[in-house]
Amino acid sequence: MTDPRHEIKWLWKEPFVRVFPEQDHAYEVEARRQMPVLVLCNHCANSPCTRVCPTQATWRRSDGVVAMDAHRCIGCRYCMTACPFGARSFNWEKPQAASGASNYPARTAGVVEKCNFCVERLDAGQRPLCVETCHARGTRALTFGNLEDAESPLRQLLATRQVLRRHPALGTEPSVFYLV
Amino acid sequence: MAALFFLAALGVVAYAMQSRQGLGVTGLSREVPWGLYIAQFTFLVGIGASAVTVLLPYYVHRQKVFARALILGEVVAIIALGQALSCIFVDLGQPRRLLNILLYPSPSSLMFWDCLTLTGYLGLSVMGLLASLFWRSPSSAKWARGLALVTIPWAIGIHVVTALLYAGLSSRPAWMTAVLAPRFLATAFASGPALLILLAGGLARAKVFDVGRDAVARLSVIMTYAAVFSLLLAGLEAFTALYSGIPSAREHLQYLFLGLDGHTGLLAFNYLSWGLLLFALPVLLIPGLRRRAGLATSATAAILISVLVDKGLCLVTSGFVPSPLGYVSDYWPSLPEVAIVVGIYAGGALVFLFLRPLFVLAVLVHADNQPLSTGREPGMAEAAPMET
Repeated sequence: MTDPRHEIKWLWKEPFVRVFPEQDHAYEVEARRQMPVLVLCNHCANSPCTRVCPTQATWRRSDGVVAMDAHRCIGCRYCMTACPFGARSFNWEKPQAASGASNYPARTAGVVEKCNFCVERLDAGQRPLCVETCHARGTRALTFGNLEDAESPLRQLLATRQVLRRHPALGTEPSVFYLV
Repeated sequence: MAALFFLAALGVVAYAMQSRQGLGVTGLSREVPWGLYIAQFTFLVGIGASAVTVLLPYYVHRQKVFARALILGEVVAIIALGQALSCIFVDLGQPRRLLNILLYPSPSSLMFWDCLTLTGYLGLSVMGLLASLFWRSPSSAKWARGLALVTIPWAIGIHVVTALLYAGLSSRPAWMTAVLAPRFLATAFASGPALLILLAGGLARAKVFDVGRDAVARLSVIMTYAAVFSLLLAGLEAFTALYSGIPSAREHLQYLFLGLDGHTGLLAFNYLSWGLLLFALPVLLIPGLRRRAGLATSATAAILISVLVDKGLCLVTSGFVPSPLGYVSDYWPSLPEVAIVVGIYAGGALVFLFLRPLFVLAVLVHADNQPLSTGREPGMAEAAPMET
């Protein structure tokens, strides 16, 4: 395990109270506060990270994925500073084969790292690895799809269930929804 | 001099180490991705922008007493800009790709504008210095003035853009205040003249260059009121943060003044900065105290160090506390990181020493046509002489 200060995070767990601090109150039970919640890049429609990048090394693709060109990134870390979700990491040292995916692109030290919904898999017609793994294990907790398509299973879920998004008041328009 | 060479060389060695091992050798982290480099950059841009405090009186208000301070101010601005750009360079994870900023211009990024305005200002300042030295005949002095009239708003612009780089981020409530840019300018116009006054003292003692008592006294007035104004702005910011009762508006102040979640990393530095400011202001404002030369010099140095600590460390790193997920992590610059910054300062000091002949040249060039340290325009005839 590397120095926790240098940890690269794509998808990880945080206590509910840290993910949705607006939902907390003085009488909240501790168990619910500490309930683990998955966090990842929100692939915001109005993303501050892509706005601040001085080289367009990170940008929003036409399909809505906030992608990252590790070969163009100059490593200024302005995007990490601008992200209100703490979703971005930096390769402080030479990166290890931490993704577990053999086809995951190799990185150099000195560039920013983030969840990109496995764009190389999306482009090959596959689902992101996290969704794939989740479904392979029989848990259907994660749903991935096209938000713009009103007929998609994703939109059906949004139509029938109440959802939360992280820090909606900031106006970044996260594309990650949490079913309550 | 030998010590400066040693420190500069040490900085180069530390940077070589950083480029080989990655930015992991710094104290930076996932939670605090910007530290000493970017903070010092911010401070140095302020020093560069503070050339306004000599350009404005000399070229706009035609206060000839600033003729020599002008040369000093321009030299300092150029060196500070060089140092600021070095701080950006050493902060990059992939410095070899620096030119991507120009290859893929991104107008929505304040960093893009910062790089453009800073390099532009560096060019303007070099031209300005040459103009102040050589464009002295009535016909070319007109061009020097025209250049200054472009440089003055540009100088203010570089520091405003640097403030906007921070002030527009919803992720960092500590910086998201419209007062940040004016506060940057106020602290710049306090720390810049402070540095000029101290350097002027050194140059006079070394018998290289006499900026003149009048100019120093006037710079001291600018410094004092800029510092008073910065105090007001800090107070205004504290009011909005505390009175509104919004936790995110207040937490970084809590971290700076009391500590947050048991983390007190910046407490000592923050109190050092405030202590120095609160010592300096009465000394500079009360005539009986500021007339004591030694005390006035200490107060001037106190202003400079106060801003150096506040802008060059506390302001930037406290912006990352707490993190978006509510974690508090103290940031400590690592030894290589400190060595690199010290190296950049040593390099700047060496350039200043190498440029000393310029000051001798300035005296020679100006000797025939201007009584530099006592000259006063007809329009200022009724103004009372400045007390020191």
